[in-house]
Amino acid sequence: MEWEVVIGLEIHAQLATRSKIFSGASTAYGAEPNTQACAVDLGLPGVLPVLNAEAVNMAIKFGLATGCTVAPRSVFARKNYFYPDLPKGYQISQYELPIVHGGEVLVELEDGSSKRVGLTRAHLEEDAGKSLHEGFEGVTGIDLNRAGTPLLEIVSEPDMRSAKEAVAYMRQIHSLVRYLGICDGNMQEGSFRCDANVSVRPKGQEEFGTRAELKNLNSFRFIERAINFEVERQIDVIESGGQVVQETRLYDADRNETRSMRTKEEANDYRYFPDPDLLPVEIVEADIERARAELPELPDAKRQRFMEQYALSDSDAGQLTASREVADYYEAVVEASAGEGKLAANWVIVELGGALNRSDLDIADSPVSAAQLGGMLKRIADNTISGKIAKDVFEAMWQGEGDADAIIEAKGLKQVTDTGAIEAMVDEAIAANPKQVEQYKAGKEKLLGFFVGQVMKASKGKANPAQVNELLKKRLSD
Amino acid sequence: MSLSNKEVENIAHLARLGVDAQDLDSYASNLSRILEFVEALGAVDTSDVEPLAHPIDMAQRLRPDAVTESDQRELFQRVAPSVEGGLYLVPRVIE
Repeated sequence: MEWEVVIGLEIHAQLATRSKIFSGASTAYGAEPNTQACAVDLGLPGVLPVLNAEAVNMAIKFGLATGCTVAPRSVFARKNYFYPDLPKGYQISQYELPIVHGGEVLVELEDGSSKRVGLTRAHLEEDAGKSLHEGFEGVTGIDLNRAGTPLLEIVSEPDMRSAKEAVAYMRQIHSLVRYLGICDGNMQEGSFRCDANVSVRPKGQEEFGTRAELKNLNSFRFIERAINFEVERQIDVIESGGQVVQETRLYDADRNETRSMRTKEEANDYRYFPDPDLLPVEIVEADIERARAELPELPDAKRQRFMEQYALSDSDAGQLTASREVADYYEAVVEASAGEGKLAANWVIVELGGALNRSDLDIADSPVSAAQLGGMLKRIADNTISGKIAKDVFEAMWQGEGDADAIIEAKGLKQVTDTGAIEAMVDEAIAANPKQVEQYKAGKEKLLGFFVGQVMKASKGKANPAQVNELLKKRLSD
Repeated sequence: MSLSNKEVENIAHLARLGVDAQDLDSYASNLSRILEFVEALGAVDTSDVEPLAHPIDMAQRLRPDAVTESDQRELFQRVAPSVEGGLYLVPRVIE
């Protein structure tokens, strides 16, 4: 039987506010345990939550960027469950009236086509603390610094049909929240996390199969592997006569498998009810307009502008706008190079991109700054160095040997553009290879490359290739 | 509306309350009577009534995003039953 995979994602994005969603404690990552957990975060008796205006503003921005409806009135609810990292015994979340709902994103797939993924809703809620099991005998350590950190839970429609689509969608949201500046997207620190609802159904069947919820998907690689594993598992279960159980499953990256977390009978019995400590949130047109005015240029618009402004191909523009950091770097390179848009695109994508990949670095940690790279491109553009020599200069900059101009000077890499000097080398190459000259003249024009190579070798790569070409052609046809 | 003993057990478990088996019958009948009492509200036609999220008819006031709390860990942990290395210790939880 042919099976169809159905996937919906719940993405938790920690909002990049300074303080928590309901308290004035800091949200900075990495502090000593419990030094950023105040009385409100600890759920001490008598405390009251007060909502952070910026968390609301960030949620509105996300809604605007994804075509969601911003609810004029939304309500916080208590989601009740017991766990030691949730001191109040309930999580303040939103249930019936989320802050934004009903948008969509266009996701670009590997084959270049794009797919619409619907957004059911995105709601505000508070993060829980952290449980630390390792290093303790018979007890668990609780760090509540994370408790109360604002989260935007972004819930998609079950629109994805493969693990690859799910990853593409997740990347799209990841890029978007970073563009918007509402989440730092740091998956290692847990700022951007994902649960996946996965089910299978016979191809052509209308109704959905029973789904499992996969947790702990904290990297793009894992989400793809976990979903693929889970799909195989569910198909195996059904094909061997069993039934998929609706449950939560944990992905174990070390073993590359998912396993049942708890088949709790009370699953999803969270007994939501409106939080009496919080009044409904009212968002007026002025709030929306303020958020709209703060929206940065979004990926699609930037891509379009790059194509027009820098005459880039759709694919190059797409690669350069995949993240805001790369786009900003690219534009800084163009500026430093005095407008070499196309050249800058090649260098950022191919040479810099390759070098960063090999060293497993993010562009933010690039040893070569945008100003340095732009400065070097200027020297290619004004013929001080050839593209070939530029690779050596780039390598030297990568090794921290300074700016392009200093390296060119120190290593004597300046291109020879003195026609007399090049002519001499051209004549020498012709004189030393009479046989090839004869063949060339007999019509084997491909040999031009051979002569260019000879001259470039004689000049140690420093002759201007265009000039060499031109002079050779002229001399050889004499 | 009447609750079964099984439902009472489930509700008690959700609230992490211990209930003796011998008390289940009386809890079930008492809780059922409370529900019946509230059920009188079901007679009112609420089709035109907007669900009430809060008895006070006002909107939530927001606070500016600023860090106003300082570290009071030592004070808070003085009342905790068990702490180590700044962490609150609880009986082992395993997922």
